[in-house]
Amino acid sequence: MSVAVRRQLSHLDSLESESIHIMREVAAELERPVLLFSGGKDSAVLLRLAEKAFRPGRFPFPIMHVDTGHNFPEVIEFRDRRVAELGERLIIASVQDSIDRGRAVEETGPRATRNRLQTVTLLDAIAEHGFDAAFGGARRDEERARAKERVFSFRDEFGQWDPRAQRPEVWNLYNGRVRPGEHVRVFPLSNWTELDVWEYIAREDLDLPPIYFAHERDVFQRDGMLYAHSPFVALANGEVPFREWVRYRTVGDMTCTGGVRSRATTLAEVVAEIAATRITERGETRADDRFSEAAMEDRKKMGYF
Amino acid sequence: MEGFPISSNGARPATLAEPSAPPGLSGRGLLRFTTAGSVDDGKSTLIGRLLVDSRQVADDQLAQVEEASRRRSMDGALDLSLLTDGLRAEREQGITIDVAYRYFTTQRRFILADVPGHREYTRNMVTGASTADLSIVLVDVHRGVVEQSRRHAYITSLLGIPHLVVAVNKMDLVDYDQAAFASVVDTFEEFAAGLPVADRLFIPVSALHGDNVVARSERMPWYDGPTLLEHLEQVELSHEHPERVSARLPVQWIIRAPNGEPNVNHRGYAGQLASGVLRTGEEVVLTPSGRRTRIARIETSDGPIEEAVAPQSVSVVLEDDLDVGRGEMISRVDDPPTVAAELEADVCWMSVHPLEAGRRYLIKNSTRTVSALVAEVVHCMDIHTLRPVPDSSSLELNDIGRVRLRTTAPLAFDTYRANRGTGSFILIDETSNDTVAAGMIVGAPAPAQP
Ligand SMILES: Nc1nc2c(ncn2[C@@H]2O[C@H](COP(=O)(O)OP(=O)(O)O)[C@@H](O)[C@H]2O)c(=O)[nH]1
Repeated sequence: MSVAVRRQLSHLDSLESESIHIMREVAAELERPVLLFSGGKDSAVLLRLAEKAFRPGRFPFPIMHVDTGHNFPEVIEFRDRRVAELGERLIIASVQDSIDRGRAVEETGPRATRNRLQTVTLLDAIAEHGFDAAFGGARRDEERARAKERVFSFRDEFGQWDPRAQRPEVWNLYNGRVRPGEHVRVFPLSNWTELDVWEYIAREDLDLPPIYFAHERDVFQRDGMLYAHSPFVALANGEVPFREWVRYRTVGDMTCTGGVRSRATTLAEVVAEIAATRITERGETRADDRFSEAAMEDRKKMGYF
Repeated sequence: MEGFPISSNGARPATLAEPSAPPGLSGRGLLRFTTAGSVDDGKSTLIGRLLVDSRQVADDQLAQVEEASRRRSMDGALDLSLLTDGLRAEREQGITIDVAYRYFTTQRRFILADVPGHREYTRNMVTGASTADLSIVLVDVHRGVVEQSRRHAYITSLLGIPHLVVAVNKMDLVDYDQAAFASVVDTFEEFAAGLPVADRLFIPVSALHGDNVVARSERMPWYDGPTLLEHLEQVELSHEHPERVSARLPVQWIIRAPNGEPNVNHRGYAGQLASGVLRTGEEVVLTPSGRRTRIARIETSDGPIEEAVAPQSVSVVLEDDLDVGRGEMISRVDDPPTVAAELEADVCWMSVHPLEAGRRYLIKNSTRTVSALVAEVVHCMDIHTLRPVPDSSSLELNDIGRVRLRTTAPLAFDTYRANRGTGSFILIDETSNDTVAAGMIVGAPAPAQP
């Protein structure tokens, strides 16, 4: 103990340690947690962190995917591949079921999306399984409403977020106590940035759905974004599909996720492009946030992810 | 596309010094800092300036702010403060309601907890300050040191933040006058000298015009200290020397191998080191149970390691199979924490229902949660004079005071001064489940003489 070596964790190691701590707190303090899997890169990181937190034991929670039925097929393949590798339990909550049961009403028209319907399916599934905690992959750097959300984000029995009644969150002493019917959303990646996520994926050599890498596909242009031409989106007047090299920065529904022109086919190339970009990922690729200045805030209050 | 909103390369003005990290280290570690100032001191503008001048703002965010500036004001000049405005209720009322977290990277990775300055939001400042290594307190040079500035400095010291920066803002309004700056420094020092904040730095800035925020000011040649960003990049943190503090590993979770696997007897004590360094082979004690053993292995999912360094999350396998679990703390036998069922602490009260002597709460300290009784309210701080008022019987929302607590089972802790990780706690109201207090342990009362 005589040498005063300066030992410090790299910032990725610090973030990883913090996230593992958060996941273990949830496992220890809540009865029935679930990990929400979106199929995107943040989910890939969450699953890796869960391995780090709980192996060689099993995950003390199942994995749940809210399936809109409008997913990129590559994402479904990725989901099934990862779950099989992990040997953990997968629950699929289907938006189609919610529509069939009359719990949700399908939107119509060229801009129809099931994005908002997911909230119904998610809250129903949480109630049905009696989950009292749900891990999500959201980060505070994504958007201004998220920047103010706690790591343990309390939801009332309607699944709603009340930004004015958030529990104080001090040090790393999280309070996950809930009454029956209430739950907490827990965001282990709160303090990560998009670039951190990509650097971590590169460092850990994580598997991802191939749509994150540049590939050629039929797209059409709408509101300055490139959408995948798919059976789920009706073209509006004047919209003509064409072939383009694109990759995706976020993965949501095919109906609301835009691709960016890119030739980056390897992880290293993608990381380099992300580091150099001057546009946020939500601004560039998510139609769901473009409705209004406060779009995300409104959806969060309703119980969205 | 060019430029880097979230990465370091090329985004940094050429005048800044190169990182001075020793070989083998990747520069200075993550810096968590917080900003506070009373309303209109220019905090939002300062943060906006810091982010824009260090090129941390993405084009679409900047475009949003430009558009909002045009809609909101006559002249349409870029209103930097809009960058950090968050929720709709805040924008409508023109105030900030809650702590907002921001992330940026220059030579260093930063996490900023941006705290609103209203008096009623003391609990927000405590929230933001609890994890901060550095605190920036804004003072409007024109208005001078106000009660809020003193309060912010006090909370900085109460929360054990080792580095305080006083940004003396709006220097343009006093013609960049050295005497005006010096007068703020003197007033502030008179009061702050009594506070146990080791490192204080005063920087004259103009957030509006950018002087000494990122770029060095031409208009204040009399100031030869660092700019705000330079200081943030270079300040050295105490947790860069984990070997100087006691090793503390609160047990969060026991990892067991699933049935049927060869290592079925595996029992890993998983947790995040609150402080210090633990090594394989060391003799350790678990508290409060008092069981002793040795560390057989330290595991991470990337394989076994020789030593674990705070704030790493690890899992340790012990030589003896002790039947203890979450809520125990692993320390070296020659350097254990205090174990007691009675403690004295400063608390910041965060609930509209007052704290009163005789009431019961849950206390969560490290990973241990037990019941606590408020035995006594020792004093309440007068927020105007910052002096303790004895004979207080209760603490109201946003009050800071000292209490004596008795717990139903012993806790293992250190004083907050010695250890922010193991000396802190929260109180939870068992009826509402709300977090009602942030607490900092001052000590355990000496055992009564027989
Ligand atoms: N002259 C001058 N005005 C400033 C400066 N910094 C901020 N202001 C102005 O002070 C007012 C309050 O600033 P704002 O950043 O919203 O303050 P906050 O309430 O502390 O966040 C605004 O009108 C700013 O333009 C400065 O350095 N010089």
